Amino acid sequence: MELLSGGDMLVRALQDEGVDLIFGYPGGSALHIYDAIFRQKKMKHVLVRHEQGATHAADGYARSTGKAGVVLVTSGPGATNAITGIATAYMDSIPMVVISGQVPSDKIGEDAFQETDMVGCSRPIVKHSFLVKNAEEIPTVVKKAFYIANTGRPGPVVIDIPKDVTNPADRFPYRYPEKLRMRSYTPAGKGHTGQIRKAIALLLSAKRPVIYAGGGVVQGDGSGLLTELAQRLNFPVTNTLMGLGAYPGSDRRFLGMLGMHGTFEANTAMHHADVILAVGARFDDRVTNTPGKFCPGAKIIHIDVDPASISKTIVADVPIVGTVKSVLGDMVEMLKGTDEQPDQSAIVDWWRQIDDWRERHGIYAAPRYRTDGDMLMPQEVIRAVHEITEGDAFVTSDVGQHQMFAAQYYLFDKPRRWINSGGLGTMGFGLPAALGVKIAHPDTDVVCVTGEGSIQMCIQELSTATQYHLPVKILCLNNQALGMVKQWQEMQYEGRLSHSVYEESLPDFVKLAEAYGHLGMKIEHRDELHGKLREAFAIKDRTVFIDVYVDPSEHVYPMQVMPNGSMRDMWLSKTERT
Amino acid sequence: MRRIVSVLMENEPGALSRVVGLFSQRGYNIESLTVAPTEDPTLSRLTLVTIGDDHKIEQVTKNLNKLIDVVKLVDLTEGSHIERELLLVKVRATGAQRDEVKRSVDIFRGQIVDVTSNMYTVQVAGTGEKLDAFLQALGEHTIMEVVRSGVSGIARGEKVLSV
Repeated sequence: MELLSGGDMLVRALQDEGVDLIFGYPGGSALHIYDAIFRQKKMKHVLVRHEQGATHAADGYARSTGKAGVVLVTSGPGATNAITGIATAYMDSIPMVVISGQVPSDKIGEDAFQETDMVGCSRPIVKHSFLVKNAEEIPTVVKKAFYIANTGRPGPVVIDIPKDVTNPADRFPYRYPEKLRMRSYTPAGKGHTGQIRKAIALLLSAKRPVIYAGGGVVQGDGSGLLTELAQRLNFPVTNTLMGLGAYPGSDRRFLGMLGMHGTFEANTAMHHADVILAVGARFDDRVTNTPGKFCPGAKIIHIDVDPASISKTIVADVPIVGTVKSVLGDMVEMLKGTDEQPDQSAIVDWWRQIDDWRERHGIYAAPRYRTDGDMLMPQEVIRAVHEITEGDAFVTSDVGQHQMFAAQYYLFDKPRRWINSGGLGTMGFGLPAALGVKIAHPDTDVVCVTGEGSIQMCIQELSTATQYHLPVKILCLNNQALGMVKQWQEMQYEGRLSHSVYEESLPDFVKLAEAYGHLGMKIEHRDELHGKLREAFAIKDRTVFIDVYVDPSEHVYPMQVMPNGSMRDMWLSKTERT
Repeated sequence: MRRIVSVLMENEPGALSRVVGLFSQRGYNIESLTVAPTEDPTLSRLTLVTIGDDHKIEQVTKNLNKLIDVVKLVDLTEGSHIERELLLVKVRATGAQRDEVKRSVDIFRGQIVDVTSNMYTVQVAGTGEKLDAFLQALGEHTIMEVVRSGVSGIARGEKVLSV
């Protein structure tokens, strides 16, 4: 058997696992590993400018490809800088493996230079973690880490490796395990047939059904089956923020997003539903509003790969534990095998009711933002980008108003195209995530929709884009304020704008982009919007920073009434309430 | 409602901290916790007493099961079971008190395991309730120091929790 050092073993194990790309940042405790990376050619390493950027880039890569993202950082600050990105991946169930260097074993616990208890720090935000004690363990630990990260409800896994374990002077026999058996970990597979049969019976009896699909459908590659199921039954579908693209946004059965900034028709249909089929969704507080007032007349079928997600906040009448793909597949087959149909006249009435809601207060029936005047509205900017990219770009986003406008107005027809930090709400996510997506999809447009606040949280990654020639479009909806914070302050704090405006302190983003070797562009007027956007998107070989000045007074609507509101209680504009 | 959850888990470094961390992270209570390796040194058995309604306990057990190190678990309070806790207590015992303490120890079927001219160290095993009653019988002013192990439990009959 071949003798390898711990550092070489790690690199070889990653290769044997099929990893061809890692994002990272070197430092003392990781230097043996970095030397091993230098001496190989199979695996590409992308040097980011901050470890947070590495985790978000790996996250974007993972979300857009379905493969686990891989990160390598050093001990201490390298490890703690990665924490925000690990938490982001954890909240959205994204497969990721983070390898952190650690101080030598004999120094652990002595407050050594750049020492942090990474396993301890990351414990609440990882699916699992390993502290490697001996180099011989490395192949098995790597195999386990990827298995755990990728299966069941996916999530980040940390491997912390003390420097002595990767010492090039100590060599050990290397063999990558082909099979793995873990007695303590058996992720869910097929759903219970009896439960699935109950679910079908309930669906067929529904008079006012809604399918409520979340990120699990995207992550679990269940979009095709979900679409088939919804179309076979002719049931309306709403997606969560994480689930956008799980059902085609341009199909008439799509009601738009639901929840805090969901559409009137989606939230109202949910409230009045008699049967809700929840798939790969977790009844997040940003979806349910007040749990006690959630959908009072609905029977709930809940499909999820994670049993702990079922009946956590809202009790399920028909719980089904299993992978989305397997359960939806079984449901479609069962429907094919029966002559029973839903009550057609009830479904027709239900659609008539939904179409009436759409007509009255929908955001897609007619523009619900100002279309006169010279000031650009953020919604029309997103619409223009949708038109120019033919609705087929990868869109990453930061966090705030721009994120909600993108979610509402860029109607995604495919899964894995909408890439945002839904659970943790991490500002700074968008740009590094876009770079991770672009590496995986060099021939597709990648747009980072951001704001002048969020972009400054990871703006250093503009330099990474330069080094690796990653031509993404950065669309900054610039309203010179922390828009969502300002919106809440205007709605709930009598307009006291406590530290949410930048006054005259913003950088000239055009010059900033140019300083990094990119193109910068500023759009201020309505009449130049389409022309300049087309010009920017025609440039395929450069990163373009498009700084769009939008109406700073605009709010995101609908917005559910809080606290104590139900799904259907919404502000529809600054003055209208349901 | 008081529940006794018995957990079989990998005897790995960090496993216990994941269990304890889960409880603090999700706002669950731990009344007591005992843990030690089993006859198979790769496995640990952990007994945990927690308080919560059915919904909370369901979440506790689901989330414990989600931990990668947890192999199996059972809520002992769902069925008939035996629970025991060990108490060690140092009791002031001088003059006439010495006989009095000894009588109480006999009544509660405890043992005196250490002695000086001024005190006894007493060992008693039983349910938490029995230990409470014993401490009450001794009286506050005679007690110098109390150590309790926390509850260990096992199901009655032939049911076993094993791999």
